[in-house]
Amino acid sequence: MSRETLIDLIYLISATTFLVALKGLGSPKHARRGNMVAASGMLLAVVATFFKYVDGHSLHHVWLILLGIFIGAVVAVPVARFVKMTAMPQLVAIFNGVGGGAAALVSITEFVHIKSTHPATYVTLEVLLGVLIGTVSFSGSAIAFAKLQELMTGRPVTYPGQQIINGVVGAAALVLIVTILVGGSTPLLWILLALAFVLGIAFVLPIGGADVPVLISLLNAFTGLAVAASGFTLGSNLLIVAGTLVGASGILLTRLMSAAMGRSLSNVLFSAFGSNITASGATEREDGRSVRSGTPEDIGVLLSYASRVVIIPGYGLAVAQGQHVLRELADVLEGKGIEVIYAIHPVAGRMPGHMNVLLAEANVPYEQLKELDEANSELQTADVALVVGANDTVNPAAMDDKSSPIYGMPIIRADLAENVIFLKRSMRPGFAGIENELLYNPKTILVFGDAKDTLTKVVATVKAS
Amino acid sequence: MGNVLLQYATVLVLTIFVGTEIIAKVPSILHTPLMSGSNAIHGVILVGSILILGAANTDLEMVLGFLAVILGTLNVVGGFVVTDRMLEMFKAKPQTQKPKSDEVAE
Repeated sequence: MSRETLIDLIYLISATTFLVALKGLGSPKHARRGNMVAASGMLLAVVATFFKYVDGHSLHHVWLILLGIFIGAVVAVPVARFVKMTAMPQLVAIFNGVGGGAAALVSITEFVHIKSTHPATYVTLEVLLGVLIGTVSFSGSAIAFAKLQELMTGRPVTYPGQQIINGVVGAAALVLIVTILVGGSTPLLWILLALAFVLGIAFVLPIGGADVPVLISLLNAFTGLAVAASGFTLGSNLLIVAGTLVGASGILLTRLMSAAMGRSLSNVLFSAFGSNITASGATEREDGRSVRSGTPEDIGVLLSYASRVVIIPGYGLAVAQGQHVLRELADVLEGKGIEVIYAIHPVAGRMPGHMNVLLAEANVPYEQLKELDEANSELQTADVALVVGANDTVNPAAMDDKSSPIYGMPIIRADLAENVIFLKRSMRPGFAGIENELLYNPKTILVFGDAKDTLTKVVATVKAS
Repeated sequence: MGNVLLQYATVLVLTIFVGTEIIAKVPSILHTPLMSGSNAIHGVILVGSILILGAANTDLEMVLGFLAVILGTLNVVGGFVVTDRMLEMFKAKPQTQKPKSDEVAE
């Protein structure tokens, strides 16, 4: 067997391990092993690549390659290992971004290289797509990172004529692509690179914090597609398979997340949702209707006498880092023979499935985490719905107020439970900037304050009673 | 040339279908690891980065290739480590936990 055939065979094995990993994610039991299988497959592919011939010679600059890998690994391992679990969305965004950046660099360098040996070569579409999509993913992820890390405001950033300016930049990129394809001018490739960079930033700026789960899935898909495009440029089936798998996964997640918000993808991307906090409902509440607020002790007593409790976590729980105390509360309640489950909304948090990871970190067994439909049928017979740091995902306006911006979003029916408890920092409306009718419901009790502090006091009361 | 392109396109189309089938079966509880895991998989761009740096003739190609190798490594190493860390946390109820840890050790 020739060297090249052997290497291609190894690449085939690697591609298979990626599929095995994705299949492993079908259940939490096999997921971790699947990930390790894929990591081994990746290692195999990287090692095999060192033995490849390019342009008829073995690899040049081997030490430089090893140095690059060394630098990357020395930075990545500690960051990935020790960054707090609550910073997970940012971390995923940044690793996604660097992948997009690498894909863009690979596309552009490969083209420069081919051009230097065969000057007559025309730029082909896949090179341009690799550069465009990879760069958009890179700069877009960087902005998403800055938003999640709170280096900048998490609210949509808008300026006059934004849509028009973005449209012009996007159109300019397209015109440029056509010009390069027709004219074959390479220097324009660098202008495309710069333009794509701006486009990535401009496209992410108006997307607000709560819409980030959709955005981050989409950026993930972008990087996948950019890698697949590089695969075309380099003539590598491995890159095409891996990139396409990621592209498919990202697109699927994007669609699921938009559906979970009851909004179309274009609405999520272009409407700068949540930028005007003074939406319709906010002023209507001047009619002096009051809310019922309670102390942590009241809540503790109420919970102690319940028999079925449904906990509804939201991004506020992650902000307050209250997941461990929440688990402790659930343990204490279960010790009293009270049934506790968690109702997880698909878009709660800042990335798809964020709440599941957050609670898993606090050792909540995954059997207790219920998806929307199942949670809602459980809520019909629940004594208490405990809403911790969530707001829009339990807002009944999504069902009955046609004028509400979140109308049509599937919600967790906290209102079905016998009693509703809200742990909130303040009366401030949720991200969407809409008043929540449920707060004024007679069966609702509000407890203001930091979720973690409140929960600690509640645990003490439940233990004592 | 045309034939090679067609062969790549075949791989692309088949992967779209197979991938979508498999990924659609991932439960929503594992959506974060799915994102992070697929993130690690697109780190395969490191293979491409190694190839372009290994073929580099000019200083420009070397600089870009070197950057690509660093970014690619960040992506692949960070992606797999973060995913492993996440998946490690997903545990069943304590009774079923014991056989699971043996399984990982084998």
